[in-house]
Amino acid sequence: MSSSIGLIGKKIGMTQVFNADGSRDGVTAIELGPCVVVQKKTIEKDGYTALQIGFDDKPERKVKRPEAGHFSRAKTTPKRFLREFRVPTELADKYEVGQEIKTDLFNVGDIIDVVGTSKGMGFMGVMKTYGYKGGKATHGVHEVYRHGGSLGQCMTPGRVMKGKRMAGRHSNKRVTVQNIEIMRIFAQDNIVFVKGPIPGSRNSLVQLLPATKPS
Amino acid sequence: MSGTVLKLYEIEQEQLRPNPLPTFKAGDTVRVYYKIREGEKERVQVFEGVVIKRHGGGLRSTFTVRKVSYGIGVERVFPAHSPRIDRLEVKSRGRIRQARLYYLRKRSGKAARIREIGVH
Repeated sequence: MSSSIGLIGKKIGMTQVFNADGSRDGVTAIELGPCVVVQKKTIEKDGYTALQIGFDDKPERKVKRPEAGHFSRAKTTPKRFLREFRVPTELADKYEVGQEIKTDLFNVGDIIDVVGTSKGMGFMGVMKTYGYKGGKATHGVHEVYRHGGSLGQCMTPGRVMKGKRMAGRHSNKRVTVQNIEIMRIFAQDNIVFVKGPIPGSRNSLVQLLPATKPS
Repeated sequence: MSGTVLKLYEIEQEQLRPNPLPTFKAGDTVRVYYKIREGEKERVQVFEGVVIKRHGGGLRSTFTVRKVSYGIGVERVFPAHSPRIDRLEVKSRGRIRQARLYYLRKRSGKAARIREIGVH
């Protein structure tokens, strides 16, 4: 359980900033919020405490009626994305349903974690996916330059072990980058710069949380 | 451009240097006055040489200056909008036929000269 709520945003792209001492840092721009508390999960009703946060308006015509009811209960416009943050009860009590949360949840210099979905690479071999070394390129090797080698033993166990790493779909998975710094906040534009790269393509959804393991 | 990308562009524009550098191109000989920190003190160092490359545009643009110092070629890449660049002087304008003057690396002495654009 994370001890704090986070914000949902959209990756915009990368740029750079100059610091006061003249040094440069590469940063990722994120359109962060404004997010809205859409629902509170309580122990009595749901068995756990969490805040459901919505981000990004979507047009009325795309909203089905049960969904519309869900948002109208929170007295807010329909949102495209909903995410839950599990929090302790005391923290959940500080937020009201329908309350707007903006970039001021964070300050410049805060250390945060960013959760995103990495760019999908499609079907990739074991060298790309798992860093296998592949085969020899010369010395009479025939057509097995990028293979993974043996899959296991012979008659004992007589089968391939479960979880054997083989070629297949690579990336397009949930990835968390820990302990990155917030470099700039543009509150009026709802834009935040974080240091370095974050997972995913442009316009992909990201979550920003206070760091769970600050060093 | 979508709204947010446009905003990002605007944010970048705000960071451009308030006093633009004089226009210069690859082939020009320039003096770069670069602020460096030595412990507590800050002083300005001059780096003079030929611009062999201008790279990128806007905030992220850089340029590379090459000089030969004690017989050893030295190249430095400067971010064009770095606040550490105090100022830049164009010493001469060169007549060149390439945008990137990497061929200078293989040349030395007389062969590494660049013709100046006619000064009237």
